[in-house]
Amino acid sequence: MAARPELQAPPEIFYDQSEARKYTSSSRIIDIQAKLSERALELLALPDDGVPRLLLDIGCGSGLSGETLSENGHQWIGLDISEAMLDVAVEREVEGDLLLADMGQGLGFRAGVIDGAISISAVQWLCNADKSSHEPRLRLKAFFGSLYRSLARGARAVLQVYPQNVAQRELILGSAMRAGFAGGVVVDYPHSSKSRKEYLVLTCGPPSLNAAVPNAKGEDGMSCSEDDSSGDEENQTVTISDRNRPRKKRKLDKKSKGKDWVLRKKEQLRRKGSSVPADTKYTARKRKSRF
Amino acid sequence: MRLLTHNMLSSNIKGVTNGFPLKIEAEKVVEKEVDMNTDFLKNIFSKIEWKPFVEAAKTLGFSELPEDADSSLLDSHEFLTKFHHALLEIHLEEGALVCPETERKFPVSKGIPNMLLHEDEV
Ligand SMILES: C[S@@+](CC[C@H](N)C(=O)[O-])C[C@H]1O[C@@H](n2cnc3c(N)ncnc32)[C@H](O)[C@@H]1O
Repeated sequence: MAARPELQAPPEIFYDQSEARKYTSSSRIIDIQAKLSERALELLALPDDGVPRLLLDIGCGSGLSGETLSENGHQWIGLDISEAMLDVAVEREVEGDLLLADMGQGLGFRAGVIDGAISISAVQWLCNADKSSHEPRLRLKAFFGSLYRSLARGARAVLQVYPQNVAQRELILGSAMRAGFAGGVVVDYPHSSKSRKEYLVLTCGPPSLNAAVPNAKGEDGMSCSEDDSSGDEENQTVTISDRNRPRKKRKLDKKSKGKDWVLRKKEQLRRKGSSVPADTKYTARKRKSRF
Repeated sequence: MRLLTHNMLSSNIKGVTNGFPLKIEAEKVVEKEVDMNTDFLKNIFSKIEWKPFVEAAKTLGFSELPEDADSSLLDSHEFLTKFHHALLEIHLEEGALVCPETERKFPVSKGIPNMLLHEDEV
């Protein structure tokens, strides 16, 4: 598998002319961008009154995602750090306005003027320090703080992200919550490693009573558990949505009793004086089935 | 960049307290026709800072907007047509946006303002 783009080069270098070309030539990329942005727009849950809104596309790149916004009648402003990507957007004659800007430096918009924001596969880039002056926490803070200020109260931001690991997801979500956003993570196709897609669905201001708002779990409102087995009936449809299958609780695997069970058993045996191997990160790990 | 965006943009430089409105230096202006949507115009109207909008339109060569406007004008087709034109059909293609406090220039090329900050401006 190819290394994550975020680990190869800064975005303005990685998204060079040849990478940007793919956004006009690869039907696979075009298709994915369209699907992701349609879903993001759906999760924005704009009022169903047919009135076009002013939206942001953060990391708008070649404008594929913006085209989805235009097709739905909205006006949009797109910003991206890569000139090569924006050149493709110009070539494509997108209807939105484009800005060459680094979201990690904060967004320069007046307060409360934006009706909603989407971002497709871009925000995880902020978790990397590409220059010695880059501090991911500060860049995330600048980004979310300025995004929060520019959104109208009650407006939403839907950010589709590819966090590299749990720590990155927490870092991104935590920064959003500290900026004042309410919300959580919506996971589509959680059971498929290929099609699994994560969306941060953030609301500016107090969470609305709208049933479609993904309720964040946990007292600080930060951690949205993605563990099916912990989902109670009220929260599950909104925190996590699986568009493919009917929801069912994860069945306990009969054969493996889980790490906690193993650790408890080992402790019992130790107390009885048996010699038991030390607990390590390998304890009760999943093993390949052999034939 | 259209005046819709100009009206929302403000200079983001560290220490700047009022970065709005950015002054416009126009070298090339183009017009592109778009369909008028009155729902959009009526909805966005309350968010527009009118005086800077009128000034910006003049800078780009369009001076038919009324100096003052309130929502009662939204019933006038004549007003809506002008509002629509100034907001969505006139593009600053080449030139610069200038921070009102620091005079720092943000160049605009191929219609795209370069809003990237230098490290000491963040
Ligand atoms: C997967 S692409 C998304 C492409 C876009 N949705 C489209 O339709 O072409 C991610 C984009 O995020 C942009 N990006 C990464 N870091 C950024 C930053 N700090 N500020 C602005 N854009 C950034 C990249 O330049 C790239 O164009």
